[in-house]
Amino acid sequence: MSLIDISGNLLFVAFIAYLVATLFFGGSIKQSNATGKNTDKWGKLAIAITIIGFLSQLGYFITRWIHTGHAPVSNMFEFTTAFGMFIVAAFILIYFIYRMTVLGLVALPVALLIIAYAAMFPNEVSPLVPSLQSHWLTIHVITAALGQSILAISAVAGLIYLLKVVDVTKPTKERFWLETVMFCLVVVVGFVIATSTFNAMDYESKYSYVDKEGTERQITYNMPPIFGMNEFKAIEEQGMSPIVEMPSLINAKKLTTVVWSLLVGSILYLLIRLIARRRISAIFQPFVKRVNLQLVDEIGYRSVLIGFPVFTLGALIFAMIWAQIAWSRFWGWDPKEVWALITWLFYAAFLHLRLSKGWEGKKSAWLALIGFGIILFNLIAVNLILAGLHSYASN
Amino acid sequence: MENIICACGHSNPYGTKLCEKCGRPLTEEGKQTKVVDMRYDGSAIRSKTYNKTFIDKIWNFFSSVKVGIALIIITLVAASIGTILPQEIYVNAPDAGKAEYYEKVYGWFGKLYNYLGLSDLYSTWWFQILVGMLAISIIVASLDRGIPLHKSLKNQRVKRHESFLKRQRIIAEGQVSNPEETLEKVQQKMTDLKYNVRRDGSALLAERGRFSRYGPYINHVGLIIFLTGVMIRLVPGFYVDESIWIREGETRAIPGMEGYFIKNNKFILETHNNKPQGEQEAQGVNVVAKNFQTDVTLYKQPEGSLPGDLDNLEKVRDYSIRVNHPLKEEGFALYQMNYRLNELKQMNFDLVNKETGESLGKAEIDLTNPKKEYDLGKGSSVQILVYTPDFSGFENGEPQTKTSIPNNPAFLFKMKTPETPEGEVSFVEIMKPPLEPLGENKYRMKFASADTRNTANFTIRKDSTIPILFVGGIIFMIGVAIGSYWNHRRLWLQVDPDGKLIMAAHVNKNMFSMKKDLDAVSSFADLPPYIDQLEKSEDVEKSTKPAITKKEGDNTL
Repeated sequence: MSLIDISGNLLFVAFIAYLVATLFFGGSIKQSNATGKNTDKWGKLAIAITIIGFLSQLGYFITRWIHTGHAPVSNMFEFTTAFGMFIVAAFILIYFIYRMTVLGLVALPVALLIIAYAAMFPNEVSPLVPSLQSHWLTIHVITAALGQSILAISAVAGLIYLLKVVDVTKPTKERFWLETVMFCLVVVVGFVIATSTFNAMDYESKYSYVDKEGTERQITYNMPPIFGMNEFKAIEEQGMSPIVEMPSLINAKKLTTVVWSLLVGSILYLLIRLIARRRISAIFQPFVKRVNLQLVDEIGYRSVLIGFPVFTLGALIFAMIWAQIAWSRFWGWDPKEVWALITWLFYAAFLHLRLSKGWEGKKSAWLALIGFGIILFNLIAVNLILAGLHSYASN
Repeated sequence: MENIICACGHSNPYGTKLCEKCGRPLTEEGKQTKVVDMRYDGSAIRSKTYNKTFIDKIWNFFSSVKVGIALIIITLVAASIGTILPQEIYVNAPDAGKAEYYEKVYGWFGKLYNYLGLSDLYSTWWFQILVGMLAISIIVASLDRGIPLHKSLKNQRVKRHESFLKRQRIIAEGQVSNPEETLEKVQQKMTDLKYNVRRDGSALLAERGRFSRYGPYINHVGLIIFLTGVMIRLVPGFYVDESIWIREGETRAIPGMEGYFIKNNKFILETHNNKPQGEQEAQGVNVVAKNFQTDVTLYKQPEGSLPGDLDNLEKVRDYSIRVNHPLKEEGFALYQMNYRLNELKQMNFDLVNKETGESLGKAEIDLTNPKKEYDLGKGSSVQILVYTPDFSGFENGEPQTKTSIPNNPAFLFKMKTPETPEGEVSFVEIMKPPLEPLGENKYRMKFASADTRNTANFTIRKDSTIPILFVGGIIFMIGVAIGSYWNHRRLWLQVDPDGKLIMAAHVNKNMFSMKKDLDAVSSFADLPPYIDQLEKSEDVEKSTKPAITKKEGDNTL
């Protein structure tokens, strides 16, 4: 077995371990006759499995690093997987500060979703373009991802806080938005299901099209095309033809992926609602019933406090140093840079609101969720939609 | 404004909320609440005290944290708008054609976006003013709150009035049998916990991590230094940004770097020889670049030589400029930015008889520096009447050139042979049959071969503000780390000789850690159990949120 195969297997082991640990975390809280002692025992087991999973993923990270010769954070698959790993690391850190079991019940599924999402991108080892051949790749990307992961824990705490506080029996705006957050998580599952199903079917359709600058290009769809590219012509088509043609500004392939994910996600969501006869937020509520709200609020705030300096260092300062070396200017208003700045400004606003206006509890929890939304936007949308120097896929 | 005289006799500056000496609340509001607002330790904040003159109003505007947050949010939203479409600098079109590009590619939206200046948003006056206002807000707010806070922290008394202690979030009251022993024990334990303990008779103040209160001010100083650095770049001489294209074999003066010359020895492009797969394949990218490198020699003109004198250059050193490895010299850096492969360097033509194909000789034309006339010997010669390096068509019968780069060279030759002493005129363009404007010729210039070479493009950069930015960044990081990773914990304890004990504690954030310390000291010194006066508030949150929870933020500022 070659090193890269070992690496892949370790990642798989980690994924399974996180899954099992999530169940244990759930079990530790859910037991109807749960006594403090019982919860403690199950919780300890769960955190032990989490640590095993984390070590296994660390093994994946190191073996892949040795195999490729550079820190495995250079494309969408590698970076997103690492992001998932750092979220688990941040969770373990916060767990040992506050010993709160319920955190695992939300943090691990989030990490699982992120790793599953990562697995949908090509996982081949890709060679580095000259601008990425630098030690700063390792330093900048790892620090930035670590900072984002710690910040993500505040969203985890925020979600727990809201699940307990928001009254899901009354039709309020809060209930709607909380359920929207849950729906988004289900859509990620939808994306994973849709992508892996069509991958398993080896689905492929090829088209030629005219891009926005008027050049003729080719594109390969890995999902049945709902939307066609500008002036598309089929080269090799399977099953269906695009239903609607899009203007050259819109990448119809990506739009197709989004719509498939939404479709599958919505069906899944409806199924869950039909079977459970409850909102997803209501399903989770029994798990957070006994949560100490003040402590959750404190964890949310503390993770921002711990993560903010790390994020500043990695995503802004190290980034500027590298940009000065590689691109001759420390700042160039590239979309990824701008969104890192936006993330930073947002958390700065978060801290000031909390410090001087006393935005605690519910307000703070919502802000933490929005902050995580911005981080994910920077990871997903900026890389895949707003092209720039950082879009890993392009040259 | 007159001073406020506290019940203890201390005279406090106007606007003080908690007496500087004993801590008694001085405002009606303070007297009403269960837990006092401990931000800035109750000292007089200028912006909360004066609001009369125009200057007061300006000061109060910028010192307001609410305004600061609003400015942050506006900047954030503005910055995000700039990412909707690519900014001008990233658009692949000549400067003059950018407006057209936005309209052509993005339709009416692109036209509007460009028209509103959003395509160069970050250099617009209003964006810069926004950042400037943010900077002013940072300075004013820091001065407004930082100085009074510093004063009050520095002059803390050990002994505080009961009304101060009872209005802290954490309090404990009770009776102890041996007052002196309790004080001793608390002192010992708090010292063990790395607190700085002071005693004043029956009163005790244990304090830890006071410096963390300065974190926010330190990071604001760092930010201001950073922004100052950014502004200094506009001063001439601090910032050089030039660009140079240089062909292999050429030696050229480096723009912006007086007295320095650079020779391009060789440009190297290497690619990874991997099999395209995954995303690379999906994007249709065949090869991935591995290395862009230019081997150069840097030269310096000796002191006192004439500007154009290239004969007596002193070699400084050889270097291979690669991406991520700029050439650095005297604060300047040369970056590998771009390249052109296989640019035409020289074209060779044979002068041949059209009928027999017999050659009368060869003209070797250097495309960057062509000669007026080439003597081929035996009475034959070729004259170049017109040379266009980048031929783009005729205008009024004159051949035009798009650029000065030999992308598409074209020539108007006058060929003289013993047979045609008057000369024949022929217009020759690459890959096209010659045009013969003055009638059928007997001879023609037949393309034989061409030499090519590569061209490299460097950015020449000097940024003397980098050290300032660096200092600003480091100070910011230190401040933000101090403010985030440490906290200010205080414990007040007063035990009257008759055994009546009152204890209070305050922490600017992270109550969790404070409670750990409190638990430790309470069990060690047998103190009465403490209560958290805010703990219960959440249960009633839904119905009536107590006023105190609204006001009491964490008080780091």
